[in-house]
Order: sequence, then C-alpha cells, then structure tokens
Amino acid sequence: MDTLALLADGFATSLSPLNLMIVILGVTAGLFIGAMPGLGSVNGVAIVLPLTFIVPPSSAIILLCAIYYGAMYGGAISSILLGIPGASTAVATTFDGRPMAQQGKAGLALIAAAVASFVGGTISVLLFTLFAVPLADLALAFGPAEEFALVLLAFTTFVGLGGDDKLKTIIMICLGLVLSTVGLDLISGQPRLIFGDMPGFYSGISFLVLAIGVYGIGEILYTIETSRTAPQVTPARITLRELGDGIKTMNKMWRTMSLGSFLGFFVGMLPAAGATPAALMAYGIARSTSKEPKSFGKGNIEGVAAPETANNAASTGSLLPMLTLGIPGSPTTALLLGGMVMWGLMPGPMLFIEQQDFVWGLISSLYTANFAAVAINIALIPLFVWALRMPFTVLCALVMVLCIVGGFAPSQKMHDVWLIAGFGVAGYLLRKADYPLAPLVLALVLGPLMEKSFRQTLISEQGDILAFIERPLSGTFIAIAVLFFALPLVKYLRKGGARSIAPAE
Amino acid sequence: MLIADRVIAIAIMALSAYFMWHAAALPIGWNGMTGGPGGGAFPFWLSLLMLSSAGAVLVRSIMQAPSSQHFFDSQMLRSVIAVVVALFVTIALIPVTGAYVALPLFIFWYLRIYGGHGWLLTGILTVATPLFLFFFFEVTLKILLPKGVTEPLFLPLYAMFF
Repeated sequence: MDTLALLADGFATSLSPLNLMIVILGVTAGLFIGAMPGLGSVNGVAIVLPLTFIVPPSSAIILLCAIYYGAMYGGAISSILLGIPGASTAVATTFDGRPMAQQGKAGLALIAAAVASFVGGTISVLLFTLFAVPLADLALAFGPAEEFALVLLAFTTFVGLGGDDKLKTIIMICLGLVLSTVGLDLISGQPRLIFGDMPGFYSGISFLVLAIGVYGIGEILYTIETSRTAPQVTPARITLRELGDGIKTMNKMWRTMSLGSFLGFFVGMLPAAGATPAALMAYGIARSTSKEPKSFGKGNIEGVAAPETANNAASTGSLLPMLTLGIPGSPTTALLLGGMVMWGLMPGPMLFIEQQDFVWGLISSLYTANFAAVAINIALIPLFVWALRMPFTVLCALVMVLCIVGGFAPSQKMHDVWLIAGFGVAGYLLRKADYPLAPLVLALVLGPLMEKSFRQTLISEQGDILAFIERPLSGTFIAIAVLFFALPLVKYLRKGGARSIAPAE
Repeated sequence: MLIADRVIAIAIMALSAYFMWHAAALPIGWNGMTGGPGGGAFPFWLSLLMLSSAGAVLVRSIMQAPSSQHFFDSQMLRSVIAVVVALFVTIALIPVTGAYVALPLFIFWYLRIYGGHGWLLTGILTVATPLFLFFFFEVTLKILLPKGVTEPLFLPLYAMFF
C-alpha cells in the first residue's frame, strides 16, 4: 500500500499544469518524430535533449520520457501508411499493417496500433510500479564491486544475446569505454588522452556530443542514402464508428496483447535486446499460437496488435533498470541516464530515497503520457497523414541545424560542434559496415561508472582482484557475464559460425 | 563491401594504436602502493582489446571470398559527400560570419540548391529558422550563439530583449 500512497503523491506532481502541458507536448513531438521514417525515439531524445534546458530538470526528464513514449506510438503510423517503419522498433508492424492499409483498412490498423500501444504501455507501467521499489531496495546493498559486475554484465549481454557481429560489438564497446576515459583521470586527477593537449578534451567527451553526432547527423546521412524517392502515403480517415468497431475488435485480443506486454517488458529490460527484438518475438508468438497462422502477413489485425504492445512495453521495461540500478536497458534510456546525471539526478537506488517526489512524479507521468498518447494519436491521424507528405530534404535540413545548435548550446564550445560532425560521419560509416551503435553509446555513458567502481573496489581491497568473485552478488553477476561471453564461442564451435540476424534496437 | 570492411578495420586498428600511445603517458601497470591499476591502464588495455578485435575482423575479411556487393552506390555517395561538405563549411563559417548567417545559408543551400524546392518554402524556412533560434536560445535560454563579424548588428537587439 506504501507504493500506492507514493504513486498518489506522484500524481500530484505529474498532474500539475506545467507537467501536464509538458507530457502533452512531449507525446505530440514524440508521435511526429516516431512517425517520420528514419527518426525514432533515440534520435528524438538526442536532438531534443539540449533544448530541454528551458524547463526545470525534473520536468525535462518527464518531457524526454514522453517523447520516448510518443515515438513508440508514432513508429506504427509510417509502418502502416508508408510501409516503411518509422523507427526500427516498428519493423514488425509493417508485416501486417501495410497489407491492411492496402486493403483500405488503414484506419482500423492505426486504431489497432494505438489501442495495442496503450494496452502494452499500461500493463508495463503497472509492472514497472510493482517492481521498481523491490529492485531499488535490492540495489541498495550494492557496493562498487557489484556496480562493476553489473555494468560488465550489461555489456556482455550485447555479446551473448545481441544479434550483431560479435567482434564488431566488442570493438564498439571498447571504443565507447576508451572515449569515456578522455579528460581527467578520476582518481589521480591527471589529464589523459587529450590528443596533444587540446583544451577541448580536458572536460571529456560528453555523451550528448556522441549521441547527437551518431543519432542526429549520422542518421540523417544514412537516411539520405536509403530514402531518396518520396514514398506513397496511403490516405486514412477515421470515423467515430470505425473507432468503436476497432475497440470492439481489439477487445477480443486480450490474450495476444497481454502476452506481448509481459514479453516486451522483460525483454526490454535487457540492454542488448530492447523494443525491436521484443516486437519481432511477440509477432512470432502471436502467429504461432494463432488459429489461422496463414493469415499473418496478409493483413491480420493481431499481427499489428502483438508487436505494438510489445514495443511499448519494452520501452517501459528498459526504464526500470535505468531508474533503479543506474544501468540503462536501451540506447534511449542511456541518453535519459546521461541527461539525468547532467542535471544532478543520479539514477540508482538512492534516487528512490533522496528524490522520492521526482521518481514518483516521473512514474505517474508515464500513466498520463499513455493516456495522452492514445488520445492524441487517434485525434491527430489526419495531421500525421499530411506530415508524412513532407519532403524528406526539409526534415534533413532542419534536423542538421538543430544538431549544430543543440551541440553548441550545453557547453558553448565550437570544439563540441566539430566533434559532432566527426562522430556523425564516423557513425554513418560504421553503421554502413554493420558495426552496432547502441553498445558504443551505452559504453560511453557507463564507462566512468565502470572504471570508477573497478578501481574503487581494488583500492579498498588493497589490489585483491578476487574481491569481485568473493562477494556473493557480484560473483553471481560475473558468473552470468562469463556465461554470456562464452555463449557465442560455444555456438560458434558447435555450428561452425552461423549467426542470427535479429537486430538489437 | 569487403574492401570497405578492411579499410574500416585497419582504421580502427590505427586509432587503437594511437589511443594506446596516448594512454601510455600515464601508468598502465598495476600500482602496488595504492592497489589497483594506474590511470592509463583502463584506456590502454581496452584499446589493445579493440586493436586485436579489429585485427580479427581484418583477418576474417581477408579469408572470405570477395563479394560483388558495393559499399557505396556512386550517386548516393555524391549526395552524401555534398551534405557532409556543406555541413563542414557551415561549421567552419559559424565563428567567422556568425551562426545567424551560416545556418540560414545552409538551409538555403539544402532546400533550394540541393533539394530543388520552390522559392516560397525555401524563403520561409530560411527566415523562420534564425528567428526561432534567436528567440529560443538567446531570449529564452540566455545562451548566446557565436556571431563573428555580425556581432555589432545584434547590439540593438540585445538592448531590446535584455
């Protein structure tokens, strides 16, 4: 009951006029960002983060979470109307959403996507509320050794569970960690990796610079290549009757939707998995447990509902480890974590004790964001249809300008703007060569924590490296990490090098 | 595709070696006095791991049979390079001519010349973007964007808004 009281207090924060306005604004922006092909939640959060200085820190986080949420809803819009996923997380929605639109049922598909997203979001926020406090309590017992082991575990999930090339994943993790050490050594205070004494590097490389570079500039360059021709927008109009019919149809799909929500929530918590694989898995399960599996891929409404519940649930799921443990479950939550640190709100178990108002305000804002998203999504469908006709070059030019100015604003150094351009080009090339970018961003955000906890443990244990294994919790984490690391090796030896193709968000 | 894969692997190896060289400026070994590794150890050994992984990617790529798939489509490459060059020119112009000249120029180039849009759309966005930036960053957030030689032109505006 304690949780309920805290949640009620939280609603007092999130329902304040400013925060309510912010949720509506964020969700609307997120819906548009998600609906634009090529831009997803991670791009939206990276580009908008520098602009959030305009509101107080706690509201800024609520705004970014609302964008995250909105983008998850919005991804389905272009999957259905264009046949191009608005974000990688909505890939599975194209399988049945596009055929539905071609059969003239675009309106129904959009309603199904919105309602399914709402169900997935709501179930997962309930799960979030249930698990947050126990997990934060557990994490209170963590010392530096456990922190290190947990970060190590987060990285090894990319190697063990991620679908990308293992060697390239390891390279990107190392690159992110090495870039995170640029600046002043946190224990001796000496400058390191400042590349011939360039003053700009003394303060380190901000996660924001890398994120704007890779997810802003890099993404635009990548999209210039892939979407040169204007896609065909399927018209969609929604009447109140259709809305009623849609909700009635959805009412028969509780099994699929609740399955998708639970699956999405738990898969979303894993750093290497996230919303894209969760949605693909939910789609697969819905098809294999369906009475008429052959109708999938030809416009079955369940094929829209299943991935949409899962990807929304996954986005909430990935917030859980970020908020309670300080370990993000997805690239987008890694950026949220970086933003929170920047604003002086250190995620982790202490946040639940020291910043109770903020934490519960944020959790309750997820409930309001869900309601706002489903309402705005359905109400603004004609506007989205219109916006999707916007030529891509206009979007590119504006995003580029926002990246330049947004990169300059936090530090007010041209040095950072140059770094953004450099990271943008490098990120574009690396992505083309199949190097995964999510581990890079996660490593840069978690690098300082990983190094600090590693060295703190060793200093307090007089250099005894066995300390990591002797403590029961950290020993367990390390054991699982070793297992994940060994997994691809075992698979490789058994199958002779076959690799899976599921993308990791 | 394979050639690009190799070039990128070699570039990463070179970058790792460069990182290792810089990281070695600080102690990279075990520090017996305080316990734990020195300040340069973390970047040094991780760069070494990166170097060897990139080496493995290179070896693997050499062992594979060449494929006919191209890394770049020549027409796509040209448009990507055009945008990258425009971006770098814009950033280089910002400290000289100021953000309020460089950024509208970029928008104008992108929409009118690169994108081939009409004068009306180009005009509206070229004028609206700097106005939005000025009111958002300078007036609301009090973050001053670089002005370069155009600084004197902004003095009356400062007097009006601050």
